[in-house]
Order: sequence, then C-alpha cells, then structure tokens
Amino acid sequence: MLAAEASHSVSQSAGWFLENAWLIPIIPAVAFALIIFFGKKLPMKGSELGVASMIGSLILALGAAYQWIQRVDGAAGHSAASLMKAGGESSPFVGPVIREWTWWQSGGVEFGIGQHIDGLALTLLVVVAFISSLVQIYSLEYLRGDRRYTHFFAALTLFSAGMLSMVLAPNMVQLILGWEIMGLCSFMLIGHWWEDQANARAALKAFFTVRVGDVGLLVGTGILFFSANAWTQQNLGVSGFNISGLSAWAMSGDASQSALTWGAVALFIACIGKSGQFPLHTWLPDAMAGPTPVSSLLHSSTMVVAGVFLVARVYPVFWEGLEITGTNINFIALIGGITIVIAALLAFVQHDIKKVLAYSTVSQLGYMMLGLGAGAWLPAVFHIFTHAFFKACLFLAAGSVSHSGSHHSFDMKKDMGGLAKKMPLTATTWIVSTLALAGVFPLSGFFSKDEIIDNVGHNGYQAFMIVGLCGAFLTAAYMARATYLTFFGEARGAAAGEHHDEHATGHDDDHADDHGHDVHGHDAHDDHGAHGPHESPKLITIPLVILASLAIVAGLANATPFGSSWERFKKYVEPSPAYVAAESTMASGPGEAITVVGWPSASEGGEGEAKAGCSYETPPVGEVCYFPAVSHAKFKWSKGLLSLGIVAVGLVSSWVFSVQYYTRRNRRLVGLTERSRVLRGGYLFLWNKYYLDVLYEKFIVRAVAYPIARAANWFNQNVIDGVVNASARISRRVAGWVYRNIDQRVVDGAVNTSGAAARGTGGALRPIQSGKVNQYGALLFAAAAIGALVLVIINT
Amino acid sequence: MLTVQFLLLAAILFAIGVYGVLARKNAVMVLMSIELILNAVNLNLIAFANRLQSIDGNTFALYVIAIAAAEVGVGLAMVLLIFRNRRSIALDELSEMKG
Repeated sequence: MLAAEASHSVSQSAGWFLENAWLIPIIPAVAFALIIFFGKKLPMKGSELGVASMIGSLILALGAAYQWIQRVDGAAGHSAASLMKAGGESSPFVGPVIREWTWWQSGGVEFGIGQHIDGLALTLLVVVAFISSLVQIYSLEYLRGDRRYTHFFAALTLFSAGMLSMVLAPNMVQLILGWEIMGLCSFMLIGHWWEDQANARAALKAFFTVRVGDVGLLVGTGILFFSANAWTQQNLGVSGFNISGLSAWAMSGDASQSALTWGAVALFIACIGKSGQFPLHTWLPDAMAGPTPVSSLLHSSTMVVAGVFLVARVYPVFWEGLEITGTNINFIALIGGITIVIAALLAFVQHDIKKVLAYSTVSQLGYMMLGLGAGAWLPAVFHIFTHAFFKACLFLAAGSVSHSGSHHSFDMKKDMGGLAKKMPLTATTWIVSTLALAGVFPLSGFFSKDEIIDNVGHNGYQAFMIVGLCGAFLTAAYMARATYLTFFGEARGAAAGEHHDEHATGHDDDHADDHGHDVHGHDAHDDHGAHGPHESPKLITIPLVILASLAIVAGLANATPFGSSWERFKKYVEPSPAYVAAESTMASGPGEAITVVGWPSASEGGEGEAKAGCSYETPPVGEVCYFPAVSHAKFKWSKGLLSLGIVAVGLVSSWVFSVQYYTRRNRRLVGLTERSRVLRGGYLFLWNKYYLDVLYEKFIVRAVAYPIARAANWFNQNVIDGVVNASARISRRVAGWVYRNIDQRVVDGAVNTSGAAARGTGGALRPIQSGKVNQYGALLFAAAAIGALVLVIINT
Repeated sequence: MLTVQFLLLAAILFAIGVYGVLARKNAVMVLMSIELILNAVNLNLIAFANRLQSIDGNTFALYVIAIAAAEVGVGLAMVLLIFRNRRSIALDELSEMKG
C-alpha cells in the first residue's frame, strides 16, 4: 500500500487574511449595532456605516481569496515532485483554514464558533460582500428620503453579517445561526413598507413558508449529529456538528445509510424552503413586495442561494445519502427539475417586471439544485457565482426603471414600454444581463448553465438534461418578452409621461397580494411624473454598469470551452477527492488555524471516468475523504451549439410573438386565450400559480387547521369538560368523607395532641430562659463539654 | 516539637476565658474573655498545623482572627449602646430576654 509513505502532509502558512477571515462578518455585525444606536444622529443617517462596513468586508474577502489562490498554487507546486513518484496527476488536497472557539457548552457537548475557509466559502464571501456593497450604494439614491432609511440600512447590514457568518461556518450550529438571522432580515426587509397590508402579508408569508422548511434544518442537523458524533470524536476529535467531520463521516463507509438518507432529506427540505424550490417556492414572488434593492440582494443573488450553498457545503452527506452517482433520478434532481420548468412557465403570465425576475430566480435556483442533485457540483457553484451578478443587475435595472422611468410602477403592461430611448444606460445593462441569463455565448450564463446541462447528461441523468434544455428555451423566451414590454414598443402609462397618482385603482382583485408598484414612504421626488422618464442618477447607474460588466466577463473564470487552463474555478474551488491522513487535518487546539495540505496517496480518482477513489471505495484506515470524486463532462461544441440554438430560437420566437401581440395587435394572436378553451385553461392555471396558494391556504391550512380546531373544540366540550365535571363530583364526595373521618379525627387529633405536648415542654423548659447572659454562656459551654465528651467516647 | 506545651497553654487560656465569660459581670470583660477563648483555639490550630506540616491550620487561624475582629467590633458597639441607654454595662442587670 502506498498510503503510508505517500499520504504525508506539510504545514503551509495560511496568511493573515485567511487566518482572520472570521473578521469578515464581524465588521457588518458591529456596524449594525452602531447604526441602530447612533445611525439617526449621523450626517448620512447611518448609511455611511453600512456602506463602509460592506466595503471593509469586501476588502478582507478579496485578500483572503488572493491568499487562497496562492495557497492552492503553492500546494500544487510543492506536491508536484511527490505526485510524480506516485505516478498520478490528481490535484493535492488543500485543507480548509479552520479555526474554532467554544461558543457555549451544554451537557458535555461543545458548540463551536469560528471559520471554515475554503474555495466554496470564499466564492460566496466575495459574492455576498461585493453585491452587498453595490446594493447599499444603489440604495443611497433609491431610498433617499425614506421614512425608515436608517432601519433599512441597519437591516441590510445585519443581513450581510448573517449571510457571511453562515458562509464561513465551521459547524452546523453557526450555519443555523446565520440562516435564521437571514430569515429574520428577509422578514424585516420584505415588510419594510408595512403600512401597506399586502407588504405585511408578503413578509409573513415569506417568514412562515421558509420556517416550514427550517424544521428540516433542525431535524437534519440533529439526525446527523447523533449519528456522526461518536465517529467524528473518535477519528477526528471534533463534534458531530463539524462540517469537515460530517463530510469525512459521510465518505468513511462507516456511516449508517438510513441516517445519511434521512439527514440529507431533512436538510434538503430546509433548502426547498430557503431556496424557493417547488413546492415551497410561493413565498419568493410575493417577497418582491420589499424594496427593489432588497429583492436584488436577498431574493435573487445571495440569501436564496443559502439552500444551494448548504447542499454544496455538506455535499458528501447528500452524495452518499441520496446515492447521487448510482441512480438516474433522486430527490434533489427531481425537485430541481420540476422547479426549473414550473417557475419558467409562470414567468410568462406576469405583468409585474419584478415577478418575472422572481420566477426567473426560482427557475435558476432549480438549475443549481439540479446540478447538485446530478453530481455537477462545480457547475452549480459556478452558477451561483455568475447568476449573482446578472440577476442582481436585472433587479437593479428594474428598480432603476421604476425609480426614474415609470413613476414607481412595476407594471410592464401599464406603465412601461419604449424606455430604451429614454434610459439608454439602464436598457443596455438590462439587455446584457438578459443575454447572460439566457446563456448567450460568450456571456457568463453560457458557461455556467451550459455546464450544468452538459454535466447532468454526462452523469446519467438524461431526462433531466432535456428538462434543462427546455428550461433554457423558456428562460430565453420569457426574458425576451419582458425586455420587449419594458424597453421597446410604444410607451404606455407613466412611461409615456402620464402622471397618475393612484396606480392601485386599476388593479385586479383576484390577486390581492399582487402589487404593481413600490409604495414609497417618501415625498421627496414626486416631481418625476411632471417631466417624464429620464435616466437614473449616477449612484444607480454605476452599480448597474459594474454588475453588467461582470455579467459579461464572470463566465471566463471557468470557461471550459477554451481548455483546461481556463478552468480556474475548478482548480481553486473544487476540493480534491483525495485520501488525507485523519490526524493531520484537524486543529490541535481551540482557535488554532489548520495549515495543512495533504495529497492523495494513490493516483486513482483524478479523472472522473475512473470509478475509483473517494466515494467509490472506502478510504484506507487512518485516512479520510472530504469530497467525492465528481466527474466532469468534456466540453463539446456540438452540445454547446445545440443549447445555443435552443436559446436563439427562444429569443427570436418570443420576440416575434411579442411584436405581433403587443404592438401590431395581430388578430390571430390577440384574444387567443379567450377563444381556445385549452389555452384559456392553461392561462388560468398559470395565472393562479398552479393553484398552489389556493391549495396551501384553502386546503392544507383549512384541512389541517380547521379539523384540528373542530376536534379540539369537541374534545374540549366532551372529553375535557366531562373529565373535569366527573372528577369534580368524585372529588367532592371523597372530600366529604375525608373531612368527616380523616380531617376531624386523625389530623385534628394529631394537631391538638402535638400542641398540648409543645405547651407542656415549653412550661418545663421555661425557667432556663432566664435572660441572663452568663447563664446562657454556661449552658453553651456545658453542652460543648458534653459534646466533646461524647466525641471522645465514640472515638476511643 | 513543643506541641504538648502549646496545647497545655491553649487549654489554660481557654479555661481562663470560660471562667471570665461565666463569672464576670462587666460586659467588656466578657468580650475580652471571648477573645481569649478564640486565641486559645487559634493556638491549637497552629500547633497542629505545625505538627502535621500542613498549611490548613494556619489558613483557618487567619479566618478566625478576621472573624474575631468583626465580632469585637459588633460586641463593643452593642456594649456602647447598652451603656448609653442604661448608664451601666453590668450584665446581671440585663434580663430583657427572659422568656
């Protein structure tokens, strides 16, 4: 066995930024406290603190990312020689930089807090800090004059603190902490303008729907902890909450399959809630009731990918628990696939531009889940990265349109159209991001989404590859429709310069939670309507331009078509599926950074095609795996051209349809849903969002809550009242007997007797209480002398 | 060592103290006798600590000294109050605590 000699490891310096990455969430957390307490007294009402803290976090995150790249490069160079000897070419295992302190203890179980920095965590850290910074800068202008301006920035900053601490969590406990902080901030920010009933309702709906899933997070964490704790304590010296520990345990072959399966399913239910997967996706479109920067930050690019992140974080648990390689269908892939299609279809019937984007987000999250479920870990994580830029850009562009173009309305049909000429910069960034989202070469979406579809097929999930391609077609089509309605064709409503104060009057009553506009709490710029649509100010356009540029180039970070030297994401983010000596990978003391790099003991497991190595064989004694050997599809231009063709068909056909339908008013198309019963039914089915909300509110809530209430009432009336009445009667009778016999005779007799006895004793002892101090002293000493005498006698 | 002599000295002091507490009528003298008793005990503690080569007795003696100081403080305050109220500190005249 080569293991003994080859799987050695060396210490490697981690660098200041990597070892102190835990500061990244601390900065916004402190800023949050400062904003809450002193924000209103500051010259910019606390917003400067928020922006500054996010930029500080971003700098630290970028520094850590730079040092991580150096670390991986260093490990690769250092290990080249030893790998030559082993004859393999798989990359070395670069250990995460883990530091953990005891947070609190309970019943002998330690709950740690700290950091777990690796490529995945750093990707998310950089993305979250970056988008947060831009969104906060954008909000300076977008929410100017808002009545809860300070609180808005406080909540945004707290959200960033929560998300960042979740991302670098070294254990499940800290992950849950960050997860719940995000949920709270999501609630606060969706309901930011809570004076409007619909907004308050949307906030509650989001909170409760996500909480349904969150139960799974606690249950899953519990299942995994109790199953893994003994193993992780014995082999790695860490608790069963530890993320590295859980990964190693899942890959060890010692784990119980049922615990893994149920743990993975429970955790995935939490991801369904948080990441808006079918069937709990219904909260995400309603969450658009929040201000647009919130939708852009929380509900498209960062918070909703928390579920995807969780799956990617403890991937071995899902990999083993749901047998991702062995099958061609599993829970995650199925949910992801369903979500892609149903959400994309819903995007076609929306009037509200933000809801189109919301359904698009749900659909793209479906892609990420499908990728993870089908073993395409890297493309899914890469899609988080690219999606964050173009989707944040789309939302901010929609906000820019409503801010300066349509007088705070988000209704594409009533208040938009023809805005491309009036708002050229916003329109350009929107179109760039739309093409990126649709996956047009060479924008970023192409490289990530196409990789997901390609790898899903490659890993044996052919049916889901077709689902993914359908999704690509639908994505292109609904985005073309939204683009046409917003920026082209004829100007309508507010976009045409019409000033109307009451947007709400023309609203359909059948979707009361559907709101067409941001009801701003500010009066500062009601003068927009007077001079019509115009380009937004610089604070809004600069973040848009930055995000749009990234939407163009971000894909090059892992451009598989250009050869393996372009696959930087694969090199720096994907953990190596290598056997690592167990004792060398864990910290020796609290708060101590692990600076260890190990590399594979043998050559197998490098290319995915060789079904060997981690996840195919149990690791040798004394060694552990932290990541399964995922396989990567080779990029082929034939496949790439196929999906590009599908996207082009989607874009063009939808564009032609939109021109004919909305501008030319083509007779054959207009009113089609009125004439054809099939289409009418389909339209209504989509319009009512598959009746899922009806199902939840009318049937599930009613079917569960009402009978429970009725049963509880019946139980109350008959059983409990009966029991109470009967017991009252019985106790009354018993009490009568007790009173006559026990109370009067036994108890009173005892009391009277003891009273008489006490009185007699008191009378006898009375003379001793003379009141003379000397006499008391004599008694004391006499008693002490007798006590001493007794002691002496007993002891001899 | 001189353990036996120490213990004898302590026993004598203790006996004098007990005599003082029981026989004297002056409250101040009684307090002083109590001091004697306490110091006799201290002497015992230190003698045994010395014999057993253990620090425990010394530590305990320190505590006793501290408590004795507090006790004297409280006791003298009481004596002072009694004197103010009755112009006398003779203990045999005090029998308000008679039951």
